[in-house]
Amino acid sequence: MISIKGLSKVFRTKHQDVRAVDDLSLQIKKGEIYGVIGYSGAGKSTFIRLLNRLEDPTDGKVTIDDQELTSLNKGKLREARQEIGMIFQHFNLLWSRTVHDNIAFPLEIAGVPKSERTKRVNELVDLVGLSGRGNSYPSQLSGGQKQRVGIARALANKPKVLLCDEATSALDPETTDSILDLLVDINEKLGLTIVLITHEMHVIRKICHQVAVMEQGKIVEQGDVLDVFLYPKEQVTKKFVDQVMGDPEREHSLQLIKDTYKTGEILRLHFVGESTNQALISEVSRKFVVDVNILHGKITQTQKGAYGTMFVQFLGDKEEITRAIEYIQSTSVEVEVSPDD
Amino acid sequence: MINQFFPNVTMEDLVTATNETLYMTLISVAGTFILGLLLGLLLYLSGPGGLWQNKILNWITASVVNIFRAIPFIILILLLFPFTDFLIGTIRGPKAALPALIIGGAPFYARLVEIALKEVDKGVIEAAKSMGSKSSTLIFKVLLPESMPALISGITVTAIALIGYTAVAGAIGAGGLGDFAYFYGFQRSDFDVVFICTILIVIIVFIFQFIGDFVSRKLDKR
Repeated sequence: MISIKGLSKVFRTKHQDVRAVDDLSLQIKKGEIYGVIGYSGAGKSTFIRLLNRLEDPTDGKVTIDDQELTSLNKGKLREARQEIGMIFQHFNLLWSRTVHDNIAFPLEIAGVPKSERTKRVNELVDLVGLSGRGNSYPSQLSGGQKQRVGIARALANKPKVLLCDEATSALDPETTDSILDLLVDINEKLGLTIVLITHEMHVIRKICHQVAVMEQGKIVEQGDVLDVFLYPKEQVTKKFVDQVMGDPEREHSLQLIKDTYKTGEILRLHFVGESTNQALISEVSRKFVVDVNILHGKITQTQKGAYGTMFVQFLGDKEEITRAIEYIQSTSVEVEVSPDD
Repeated sequence: MINQFFPNVTMEDLVTATNETLYMTLISVAGTFILGLLLGLLLYLSGPGGLWQNKILNWITASVVNIFRAIPFIILILLLFPFTDFLIGTIRGPKAALPALIIGGAPFYARLVEIALKEVDKGVIEAAKSMGSKSSTLIFKVLLPESMPALISGITVTAIALIGYTAVAGAIGAGGLGDFAYFYGFQRSDFDVVFICTILIVIIVFIFQFIGDFVSRKLDKR
């Protein structure tokens, strides 16, 4: 769907050249939600602007749906942009237009006749959950509602790709979640490919299928969100993963657990993309005569299922505990008996 | 009653003079709005980071604007006499004042337009570009509507300056309240004439200010 090859952007200033994006290559599949995460200054803002050529690349190719964007002339580029929706951190709505007219704007640009425009706008207003607010001005809306208008506007011309530039960074956590839900909803309903950039791992965790970690203009790590969560290789990635997971091992909590709970068995359960075994604890306590004591842990939900680690203490008859452990081993949950690292 | 307080004022002359002032003001405001808007857009669009970024074009526009803004209005009228004569066929009367009024007012308004356009949110312009806008769409559907309240308050300020200019033009025979006050009032030492002209000009200024404020406020949905 989207193929990026050797993409570079160099900003030349009087004193030095800044390589904002440095020889970057990526493949994004159709229907995927692809997240790019990085700290500010990592070049992710420039990167997303290179995708619809709001910035012209110094070098490299961007191909969207077999169309090489980087080789288009101005007129053709304008047409191509109509098929690439974009939403922004600060919404960028026209204050002089109502919600309805803001959403109609890209349709006006595309030359859609008025009656069709009205029909399409009404559909979109309903799709993003703003029914009845069509005649309000942006200044009368909350941040979350403004972003909904932004999303409706971006979807107006039925784009193939939606680019999200820190779309939730100006919103409070609750509103962020509702906007993220809307994005997932759109992704599933319309099969739309979404590329988003963010500095919040929470956003990646909640909605992305694939993630790339960016640092100093380069992608230092990429892959399935779950893989990256499980086996972060780079220091930056580990930091981002810690943002949402905390890090139970490194908090010296294990030693404390071992010192405090000396009876029974201490187990570490590793949930990796679980969707079937989420009721594991209650299942074990029902099937076997063991008491389960939850000691420490954090499970979080990703697009590919639950992910996280949990420390539990099994109390009861030794044989029964062994059978319970064998049972857990037969599921896809990884288990480690008396963990020692 | 007018005769009691202003014994030297004839109603008929006063009405004519007021009409002439209003005529000069309205036409020159319209002309200044159009010419100033064009110059202001050119300044903004050719400026650094603008849509048609072009150093030479920007330098030329800025120079024209600065030169005409620097010339005192009374001298500008004199300088434009040949041009006015060629364009209008006479150098006397309200109509002959129009070229000087517009050429004097437009550069001033152009700078106000440039400032107004610079205030338009860069993000909104970027958003419009990301949707595939042409330059004309960007100008007529984004830049102008989004800066409209400032463009209106700008033309209000300019209109009031132009009312002042019409009075100056009156002193060299353009007609209007300035002319009336100078020739019929000052030169004949009938100061009641000067006084009533002042009152009328102040009233006209207030009306313009009121309309400008009202429209600007109505348009501003921020």
